[in-house]
Order: sequence, then C-alpha cells, then structure tokens
Amino acid sequence: MNELHLPWLELAIAAPLLGALWVSRAIDPETGQRRSLAVCSLTLMLVLCAWIDLGYIHAVIAHDRWSLCQTCIGFDPFVIDDINAPLLPMAALLYFVTALATLRTKVRRFSFSMMLVSEAILLATLSCNVPWGIITLLTIGVLPPLWEIRARRGSTRVFSIHMALFVVMLVVGWWMVEHTPAGKPPSTIALAMLVGAVLLRSGIVPLHCWMTDLFERASFGTALLFVTPMVGVYAAVRLLMPIAPDWALRSLAFISLFTAVYAAGMALVQRDARRFFCYLLLSHSSLVLVGLEMATPLGLTGALCLWISVGLSLTGFGLVLRSVEARVGTISLDQFHGLYEHTPTLAAFFLLTGLASIGFPGTIGFVGSELLFESAVDIYPFVGLAVALAAALNGVAILQAYFRVFTGQRFSALISLRSRLPERLAVLVLALLILGGGLFPQPGLASRYHAAMELIKIRRTLAGQAEEFEARERPVWFDETAQREPELELIDPAIEVDAQSEPQPAGATPLDGDPSAEHTTFRLPNV
Amino acid sequence: MTIDQTFSILGTLVVACPLLLLAMLGLPSMFHRPMSERAISRATEAMVVIGLMSAIAILALMLGTGERQVELSLGKFLDLPHEHYHFTFKFVFDRLSVPFVILTFVLCGTTGAFTTKYLHRDEGYRRFFICYALFLLGMVVTSLAATIETLFTGWELVGLSSALLVAFFHERKAPVWNGLRVWTVYRVADAAFLVAVVALHHLTGAGDFVALMGNGEWPAGVAQLTPNQALFVGLLLLTAAAGKSALIPFSGWLPRAMEGPTPSSAVFYGALSVHLGAFLLLRVSPLLEASTLLCAAVVTLGLSTSVFAALATRVQSDVKSALAFASLTQVGIIVAEIGLGFRYLALVHIIGHACLRTLQLLRAPSLLHDYHAMENAIGGHLANDNEFWQRNVSERIRSRAYRMALERGFLDIVLGDFIVRPVLRCFRWCDRMERRWTDFLAGAPAVADDMKHGGDVADELQ
Repeated sequence: MNELHLPWLELAIAAPLLGALWVSRAIDPETGQRRSLAVCSLTLMLVLCAWIDLGYIHAVIAHDRWSLCQTCIGFDPFVIDDINAPLLPMAALLYFVTALATLRTKVRRFSFSMMLVSEAILLATLSCNVPWGIITLLTIGVLPPLWEIRARRGSTRVFSIHMALFVVMLVVGWWMVEHTPAGKPPSTIALAMLVGAVLLRSGIVPLHCWMTDLFERASFGTALLFVTPMVGVYAAVRLLMPIAPDWALRSLAFISLFTAVYAAGMALVQRDARRFFCYLLLSHSSLVLVGLEMATPLGLTGALCLWISVGLSLTGFGLVLRSVEARVGTISLDQFHGLYEHTPTLAAFFLLTGLASIGFPGTIGFVGSELLFESAVDIYPFVGLAVALAAALNGVAILQAYFRVFTGQRFSALISLRSRLPERLAVLVLALLILGGGLFPQPGLASRYHAAMELIKIRRTLAGQAEEFEARERPVWFDETAQREPELELIDPAIEVDAQSEPQPAGATPLDGDPSAEHTTFRLPNV
Repeated sequence: MTIDQTFSILGTLVVACPLLLLAMLGLPSMFHRPMSERAISRATEAMVVIGLMSAIAILALMLGTGERQVELSLGKFLDLPHEHYHFTFKFVFDRLSVPFVILTFVLCGTTGAFTTKYLHRDEGYRRFFICYALFLLGMVVTSLAATIETLFTGWELVGLSSALLVAFFHERKAPVWNGLRVWTVYRVADAAFLVAVVALHHLTGAGDFVALMGNGEWPAGVAQLTPNQALFVGLLLLTAAAGKSALIPFSGWLPRAMEGPTPSSAVFYGALSVHLGAFLLLRVSPLLEASTLLCAAVVTLGLSTSVFAALATRVQSDVKSALAFASLTQVGIIVAEIGLGFRYLALVHIIGHACLRTLQLLRAPSLLHDYHAMENAIGGHLANDNEFWQRNVSERIRSRAYRMALERGFLDIVLGDFIVRPVLRCFRWCDRMERRWTDFLAGAPAVADDMKHGGDVADELQ
C-alpha cells in the first residue's frame, strides 16, 4: 500500500487527544475555548495535509509513514482513501466551527475537552478500515454524549437502551460474518444484525427516538456533533455495503425512504426548534442512505455528495439555531420571534444553509439531490416521487421555521443581539463552502464518483466470490440458464479492474485455495 | 470581431448582469458591509440597463443577420461521461426567449426605479433589492434556458424570491403566512417539475429542448416523444405551470401574494411571475402537439381558471386583489390559447397583458386617491352599472355565483380541509405518540438543559 509522506492521520488523531488534556488543565472556560480552537485548527490542518498528500502521491489508498500503530501492534488500521478523504476534513471543520461559534455565555456548560475527545474518536473512526477497529471506535464514540447527559443529571435510559442495542447488534452481526466459511455469503441473521445496527445509529424509523431525546437532554453542540457527521452511514459503507446483497440494500433503501418522508412531515409539525432540527437531519441522513443502498454509480455518487453537503449545511443550520437559542432561550416554533432586525446576518445564513440542505440550485446540495433523484427514478419511479415529496416537505418546513424565528413583531431587547464576529466567521466559512461547492461542483463530483466506483468494485469483488461459492454448492439439476444474470457489459476499458491490485475492503476475506482468486478480472455493468 | 463572438459577448452580458447585481447586493451584506440606498439604486439601474441594451442588441443582430436561434453554452456544469450524465447550463435566444427577456428587463427596470422612491428610507430597502436581484436572475435564467435543468434553476430562484417578497412586511403575521402559503404551492409545483425533468431525461436522454423538440426552431419544433410519453410529461409540466401561474386549483395564493409591497406585487404577481407557467407551456409547446388529450387538458384548465377568476375579481373589496384576479382571467385565456395552438398570439398576449397590469398595479395606490377626490367632488359614489347581469340572470344564480366568487371558489377550503389538515393531523398524532414512547422509556419527560438557561446573551456582551 502507498505511504503518505508523514504520519498525518495518527497526528490528526493524537492532536485532539493531547489537546483534550491541555484544555482540561485550563484555569477558566475562556482559556479552554481558546486552547480548543487552537487544537481544532491544528487538527483541521493535519487532515487537510493528509488529503493533499494523498492527491500528491496519486494513490487511491494510503496509510501513514512511520506509523506508531504499525510499530506497536503490527498493523496500521488507519488509512486515507477516496471514500474518507473529504470526510476527514469535513469532520474536523465541523468541530472547529462549533468551537468557534460557541458564545462565552455557553462555554461554562459546554465541555471543550470532551469535544476534543469525541473529535479524536470520530477522526479515528472515519480513517479506520479494520472492521473490529471501526466497531470498537463506534462503541467508544457513544460514551461522550452519554457522560454529558449523566453529568447534567438527565435520564440516559433512552440513549443507553438504543446505543446498547446498537453495539450488541454490531458486535454479534460482525462476529457472525467473520465466522462465515470463506467465500460463503454471510447468513441472513448476520446481515439482519448489521442492518439493525446501521438503522439504529442512523436513527431510521422506528428506531429514531434516541435522537430527539439526545437533542432534548444534551447540549446542542454535543448533539449536533454526534449526529451531523453521520457515522451510521460510514458504518453502512465500510461494514455493510461490501457484503450485503442487492435485495437487502434495496429493502433498506425503502425503509430509509419512508423515514425521509416521515421525518420531513414530522419536521413540519414540531413546536420546538431542536426537535425540528433533529427531524430535518433525520430526513436528510435517510436520503443519504437511500442513495447508498441503491448501489448504482449515480445513486452512490449522489449519496456521497449529499453526505458532505448535508453535513456542512445542516451543521451551519444547527449552529445558527444554537446562536439564536443563546439569545432568546427556548425557540418555540409556535410563535414568531421577530429576530430579523437584530440578527439579519444569522437570518441570511439560516436561509442559505437550510436551502442548501434541500438541494436548492446554486448550493452544494443541488448536485447530490439531483443525482440521487435521477438514480432513484432509474430504479423505481415511485422512489423518485417520494424523494421529491420529502424535498418539498423539507423545503416548506425550513421556510416555516425561518418565518417563525426571524419574522413577527420585533423582539424587544434592552441589549444588542447582533451576531458576534466568531459566530459570523464560523457560519461564513460554511456558507462559502456551500456556495463554492454549488457554483463549481465538478471537482467534488468527480472525486465522489471515484469513491462510488471504488465501493462498487469492492461489492463486485465480493459478489463474485459469493457467486463462485454458490456455483460450487449448486446441485446438478439446477437450471443455470434460468438464473443467470444478464451479461455484464464493459462500458469503458479504463474501468476494467484488476481485482488483485485493488485495496481490500473492510472485512474482505481472501479466497483460500481458489486459484481463480489469484488474478480475477471483472467488469462493471452498464448501469 | 465575428458575429458569433458578438452574440456570445452580448449573451453573456444578458445573463451576467443580474448575477453580478445579486453578488453586488448580497456579498457585502454577507460580510456585514451593506451598501447605501444610493449605491443599491445605481447598481440596479446600471445592471438592468446594460442587460436590457444587450438583449435589444441581440434582437437587432438577429433581425439583421436573419438568425432565428442563437445558443450560448456556459460549458458542462456537471459531467460524468461514463454514466452518460451531464448537466449543462445552456441558454437560447430565439423568438420566444428574446421578447420575454426584454419584457423582464423593461418591467423590472420600471419597478426598480419606482421602488427607489416607494421604499426610500424603509428598513427593508436592502432586503427588497436582494430579493429583486434574485428574482431578476431567476426570470432571465428561466426565459433564456435552453435545457430543462437550466429552466428549473431559474424557476426555483423565482419561487424563493417571490415567497420572501410576499412576506416582506414581516412584522405582521398575515404577509408571513401568505408567503409561506405561496412557497408551499411553489414547492408542490417544483416537485412536479422535478419529476418532469427527470422523466424527460430518461425519455430523451438529455434535458435539451432541442432533444425534446427536434431541430426545429421555436415554435416549429416537433416533439420526439410518443403521445403517451408526451401526455405523462406534459401533465407534470402542466401541474408545475398551474402552481406557478395560480391556475385552478392553486389560484388561492395569487390574491394572498398581494400582501407584499406594491412594486413587487406589480412586477411579480401581476406581470412576470404569474406568466411563467404560460411561458413554460409555450417553451414545451411541441409537446402539446404530440398529444391531443394534453391539449384538451390545457384548454380546459385555462378556460375554467379564466371563468373562475372573472367571477372572483368582481367581488373583491380591495384593488390589488381585484387586479390579481383580473390578471388571472387573462392568464387563463393565454393558457387556453396555448392549448389551441396559437403560440404567437399567446406570446403577444403575455407581453401586452404584463405591461398593462404593471401600469395598473403601480398606478393603483394613486388611482384610489384620485377616485376619492372625484367622489368627494361629486358628493357621492361613482355609478356602478350592473344592469346586464340583473336583467339576464336570476337572483338565485347570481347569489350562488356571488358566494362562490366571494369564497374564491372554495379552492383554499377544499385544499385545506381535504389535504393539508388531515396530513398535519396525522403527523401531530405521530408526534404525540413518539413523545409518549420516549417519556415512557426515559421515565421522565425531557426538557433540554440549555433551554432552562437560555436568553443570557447579556453575559456575552459584558
């Protein structure tokens, strides 16, 4: 495997961990915030360096040079590849802007050291491609919000029950997958366990109640950072997609689709801004899953684009809501707050980020939504209708929330409520990315397309292994011609793939004793 | 400089001016450096005049060279060659788009000049002009779109700016609610449009109108679809057009849109925005020819909207609503003309009607003042001659028609009672059940900790 010039990934993971120690020793919260900002900036730079380095060495996948893990445990679990390369900077950026946009009034109630710990866990999760490593990190990742709720003396039961179930299903599911005989497809129970785990972590209906509970019991910042990077989707990409058969993914797509429409409808009737935001996010993350689970190049590309656009835009949206909450307390969507004249900039950002999330033209979300919609119609027309319905409902919900928060009789305040410079800077960075990605989408699209093709190659490799196994096990009276798949057509010589030279996916098992596995060439279907 | 290069430069100017205006007005506000009223007014004036002059120059060049169709491509916006997927921003200058874009610049310019005085020193001056720039950009992109995706982009921009302008006087609840209603109808129309875009992509393999209409220049194209395909796509586009042009059953939003400031009502809902649906039907008119059923649906919808609006306009108690329904009457007739195949007539009708209605709406506030002066002078109300209807129609029918017109055809009530409320009720029930379930699991109702301590921004300021 290719090597980066420096151990960027390990440094990026170590920086927030060490930073958390430094921040915890700060004498006052303001100093803690300044230190955490410095650490977040450093981390962001390190992951950006890793991304640039990956491009510089022209590699599809690379790991750290002089890796400490390699020295200590004999292998390096952290890699950067087409799939996670933009996700790592995105995650680091989300933490940076959240730390930046935290007002002094909130610093006493928001733990910066815990935020840095969760950043380290998140970056480690996103750069890990060893299945048990991902599972361990996903498990550890649920602890910071849990501790925060406990520290606030809130009930942790809803969150604990759901997350415990998530961890159990993930561990048992993957254990069963690993104990599947080599080359044999995983059992339905194992797949069901993994699917259940992904659904739980992604908050798919009816397993989503932990999400609204988290938003109501934890601080807005913690809840935001726990859900917006969408690590449930990452688990689906690394653990489930390579091994799940098409029918399983498509059934999942329908559940996700239902969630997208349901959550969009629920967002319309919420009276509390946090719950509204939660359903909005749920609807969008479900749409990402819909695209992923369609497993077509366009659908996957759309989903990967949407993942980034939703991450950026809804974080910006959440930060604006958080800023408004810091000014007026509970944001009830039952009444008009009339904040426009006080904070016109925040109002503009609220609208911009909200519209970007629904894929408004000229914003980063447009490309992902368009591709997703295009591929959804490709598979089943009614899927396209449901996606359009979800987008329409989300659009109405966003403008309704905008009107509730920013219009109405002017909010009377004795002090100026204008937005602070750090808040503006935080949202401005996101706004520039949203507009830049919307006006010049081709580089991002090309990068996500490559990632999508990588995922499809991985799926094809493993599907080929499973088919070979089935062929060996098949009884002689079985009518092969009736079950044969349509012949795969080569669409471009450039994408004819040498499976031996490709990176092994998470969980891929070598074909022991199978001579055909030594050098398997396969073709991508014309989809 | 060759003719092609001249076309290219002028075409780029036409599209770039509104974009530049939006950037000039929007970016300083984003960086907390808003422009002064005078600077806004001058920037608007300059961009509109340059855009208009460029459009007129293109028209003159086209007439001079005999060119009937000039295309301007800004390159592939998105391109995945292996998937045969691309998204191109392409514009076309032809017999439909050039008059429409000139009309847009003329009416927007007039309204912009009117607004600089009308909203002078108003708190929302900048906000109005940002929405105005967004609207202008949307209208220009929609008018000149050569691909259905480009048209969709402009369509969305027009929708957003319209909703925000309806809610312009946002300290009162009514304009805000009406803005939300307009936006909701637009989202439904947009969803239908989006499905039509993708359906068209799948059926023709591209979103270009050339692929849809063959190589014929507007209006001579022939649709490359079967009658059934044309009917399917056409009905979706008709739904989108109905939403945008307030045709039945979406007519309820048009009078509500008059809550916005007079200039925006005039140019958007009286003149330009309300004709966008008709423009869309004109642009895809070869599609209509491919299906007789579709033509029949278009004519029926147009005529029924027209009759309904003609009745409703007679009972409105305020001048802007009366003008809104009067506009709708004409829009209905224009749609019927399109369905009957009279494309040039429809185009001329749109241009004439838009100019007249802008004048009427801009004149409306001072006209009322003049009427009051006249009535004061003669010492009574002006004569109102309704004898024709009183002689020829029975009182029972007249009172029924009156009630129907007063209730605006019960359209809002039907949509509200049979679609919106049941859906909201269903989701509210789900919300209650979810809360119960979560509270049951948690053992206690949740109250966000931050919310208990909110509203203490004073800490930050000290």
